[in-house]
Amino acid sequence: MSAAERTGSDREVMLSVENITLSFGAVRAIRDVSFDILKGEIRAIIGPNGAGKTSMLNVINGFYHPQQGQILFRGAVRRQMRPHEAAAGGIARTFQNVALFKGMTTLDNIMTGRNLKMKSWRTSLLPAMIYYGPTQREEIANREHVERVIDFLEIEAIRKVPVGRLPYGLQKRVELGRALAAEPDLLLLDEPMAGMNLEEKQDMCRFVLDVNDEFGTTIALIEHDMGVVMDLSDRVVVLDHGEKIADGTPDEVKNDQNVIDAYLGVSH
Amino acid sequence: MFYREAGQFKASYAADQAIFPLRQDQWGVALMLLVALVVFPAFGNEYFFQAILIPVMIFSLAAIGLNILTGYCGQLSLGTGGFMAVGAVACYKLTTGFPELDFIIVLLLSGVITALVGLLFGVPSLRIKGFYLAVATLAAQFFLSWLFNKVAWFQNYTPSGTITMPPRDVFGITITGAEADAMHRYVFCLVFVAVLAMAAKNLVRGPIGRSWMAIRDMDIAAELIGFRPFQTKLLAFSVSSFYVGVAGAMALSLWLGSVETAEAFDINVSFQVLFMIIIGGLGSMLGSFLGAAFIVLTPIMLTNVMVGGLGLQAVTAKHFEFMLFGGLIIFFLIVEPHGMARLWQIIKEKLRMWPFPH
Amino acid sequence: MMDFIDLVVFGPILDMAEYPAFFLEVVFGGLMSGVMYSLVALGFVLIFKASGVFNFAQGVFALFAALTLVGLMTGTVPFSLDKALPELPAWVAIVLTLLVMVLLAIAVERIMLRPLVNQDQIIMFMSTIGLAFVLEGLGDTIWGSEVKALDVGIPTGFFMLGEIQIQVFDLVAAAVATILVVVLALFFQWTRTGRALRAVADDHQAALSVGIPLKNIWIIVWSVAGLVALVAGIMWGSKSGVQFSLSLIALKALPVLILGGFTSVPGAIVGGLIIGVGEKVAEVYWGPLVNGAIENWFAYVVALVFLLFRPQGLFGEKIIERV
Repeated sequence: MSAAERTGSDREVMLSVENITLSFGAVRAIRDVSFDILKGEIRAIIGPNGAGKTSMLNVINGFYHPQQGQILFRGAVRRQMRPHEAAAGGIARTFQNVALFKGMTTLDNIMTGRNLKMKSWRTSLLPAMIYYGPTQREEIANREHVERVIDFLEIEAIRKVPVGRLPYGLQKRVELGRALAAEPDLLLLDEPMAGMNLEEKQDMCRFVLDVNDEFGTTIALIEHDMGVVMDLSDRVVVLDHGEKIADGTPDEVKNDQNVIDAYLGVSH
Repeated sequence: MFYREAGQFKASYAADQAIFPLRQDQWGVALMLLVALVVFPAFGNEYFFQAILIPVMIFSLAAIGLNILTGYCGQLSLGTGGFMAVGAVACYKLTTGFPELDFIIVLLLSGVITALVGLLFGVPSLRIKGFYLAVATLAAQFFLSWLFNKVAWFQNYTPSGTITMPPRDVFGITITGAEADAMHRYVFCLVFVAVLAMAAKNLVRGPIGRSWMAIRDMDIAAELIGFRPFQTKLLAFSVSSFYVGVAGAMALSLWLGSVETAEAFDINVSFQVLFMIIIGGLGSMLGSFLGAAFIVLTPIMLTNVMVGGLGLQAVTAKHFEFMLFGGLIIFFLIVEPHGMARLWQIIKEKLRMWPFPH
Repeated sequence: MMDFIDLVVFGPILDMAEYPAFFLEVVFGGLMSGVMYSLVALGFVLIFKASGVFNFAQGVFALFAALTLVGLMTGTVPFSLDKALPELPAWVAIVLTLLVMVLLAIAVERIMLRPLVNQDQIIMFMSTIGLAFVLEGLGDTIWGSEVKALDVGIPTGFFMLGEIQIQVFDLVAAAVATILVVVLALFFQWTRTGRALRAVADDHQAALSVGIPLKNIWIIVWSVAGLVALVAGIMWGSKSGVQFSLSLIALKALPVLILGGFTSVPGAIVGGLIIGVGEKVAEVYWGPLVNGAIENWFAYVVALVFLLFRPQGLFGEKIIERV
């Protein structure tokens, strides 16, 4: 399937950001930004440092609450969404600086991604204390799913290693695994390839494409490596100083004068 | 050489997730239980039960409680003593107020009451990150001590202000009160603590435990992937208070028999239990037991050696104990935050390799 | 119901109005303990700001300093309880004690902080609990654990201001505390080291990258905290004797911090005074209703209630979290 087909106009909108403004005191992090993410596409958010990209992701999954504007997720308006509601609604994410639970093993880290899918523990403590019976059955069923994620990401060998001891590239992979374990509809990746060498980047690109292809997961990603962005994404939105300056296919964006100015600098 | 996993294959996830996956470990645990359940009762004497085994068991339970909060969920409590006092007073009021109530139910209810009292102090302080729980639990420690001391209802208006556990039977055997045999009390403690420890282990190895550890290791990330920090911490604090409360109830009923609450469960008890989990191992069930044994046994040994052996003054031994514990805390936090439990693991890993160095 | 309100609300307030001189005396008394709480809290804030360490041992620092001071002044031979050494004049002993506190700061930085740098705050916090125990045991082992009188020559006695009795000692204590705070404020504002300290408090990494030596800063700040502890120890020790309970009372600086905000120097001072006055007034006027001794927990419970309404403290700032 080509990029053009995938972004055809008949496609359903998964999430749309409408006129979002976010400030911290006097600092405007995001100014009146709108864009949408279509179901099944890979959408890149790019821009120079401090453009408000990570803040945008934080708004989308409910960690920051914008002063103005709204977010439509699957057609429903979400104004003051909390992160756990976003997660329950099928939004998962990774972080710019690896944010794994460093005292836990790879397996446990990825299992935390399944926690929202596991119901029994939220209803009662007693079965969890007894463990054998429903709790164990649920644990095993989820373990099976997690093992599929581990297979997919080719990290079988480090299953029981505490993640604090893993090299950076693998940590990023485990983090992706944790997000995938939640079977998200929308996956937010904050610089998934930052600080990686070429080989690791290629692996990560392959995983991102595979996730999108095999599971049909919609992906929004922030990335600085333009080669990666151009290759992976279906559409790109460009932010600069908290404002949207361009939006379109990689080719359109690449030739946009505003974007070139923002990246290369121009005297205002 | 005998401690090898070679040839033991796990064919199911259930087997892989077992608490003691290695056959050698299973034998080891069975052996320990055999010693604790058969050998000790057969050969132990009154002093051994009363001064060593029973307190070790009870403090292990309290340490498990605090470890759930601190070791697994990363929140600090300095009010363990105060919450043990709640458990003890609840146990006393329940037994004297409802004489027909089964003793085991009384113990469990004491834990539940303690958890509810804990909520009063946890709700305001756990909404915010930082050391607020430490201060709130200090508040609990001082306030509860005062409350149980000043309000005579909690002591059933006894003039001495002490609370005394009346005799109670479990399965026809008297295990509380002045007449109860130390060996019987010990066996009950052992079984009860073992069951509750098992339940705690089950909690921490499942999704609930993972949610606690996620909050401990990186609370913002945990929040962003869908955990609710406040609720998660509050649950940890409640479960922790439950365990601590049961331990307090057991301390009154099965160990001390009669206490002046404010004195028996003062702030030093809070520190003692904290030291147990740091020295034993933060985030380890085994560590809770090792730490409790260490903190209970060390002062006894110090007194025997320094006062009995070297003829020093008791107060000198006490000061030395302060320095020793404080120094060990710093040492373990710097060198091995997972405490004695981790040292034991390292020994096992070495054993696996033995006789080869790598 | 009316009776209850009368007893709990109007009764004590009427008492206050009826004997205003007595009420003012209570308030003054409270202010004086408040000064002590402020001093200990100030030590907390200094260390917390500069090294991110929540120093549980601050109260024990005060005890340790006071013990050392008394030991030196009475000519006690360390570890032996013999008073065979020459008795030192107060000012010499104070200077020597200050030296001991600086050495202590260096030792703490070397032995404890340096290996623990970049650890979780909770680990740091627990290590300072360990430190508190070490110092308590050490202080008692070196200097003996009996209650000791401390007299560095602060004038005592009282005079009457109208109907109110004022203790000279209290005035001196307040003056010394004020001078200390002013000197510290000037030090932080105007000296090179002070600027470096503030830089470190703002951002460790950035401070390091412009060449501020973190190690030295930590030693300086722990030494300053030691100085503050020494002053607190002298005041408190002179007033009620040097003894173990001093370190427990000093724990009340923790609720003071909740009131004032963990990073605010004015917060520590105002919070300390509020707590000091509040608990004295509560003890005198409401204590009798509930058998007294509410001074032990009043500060903590106020802090807890405060948490519900203004968690960042009186002077604390709201924190923006980043990922």
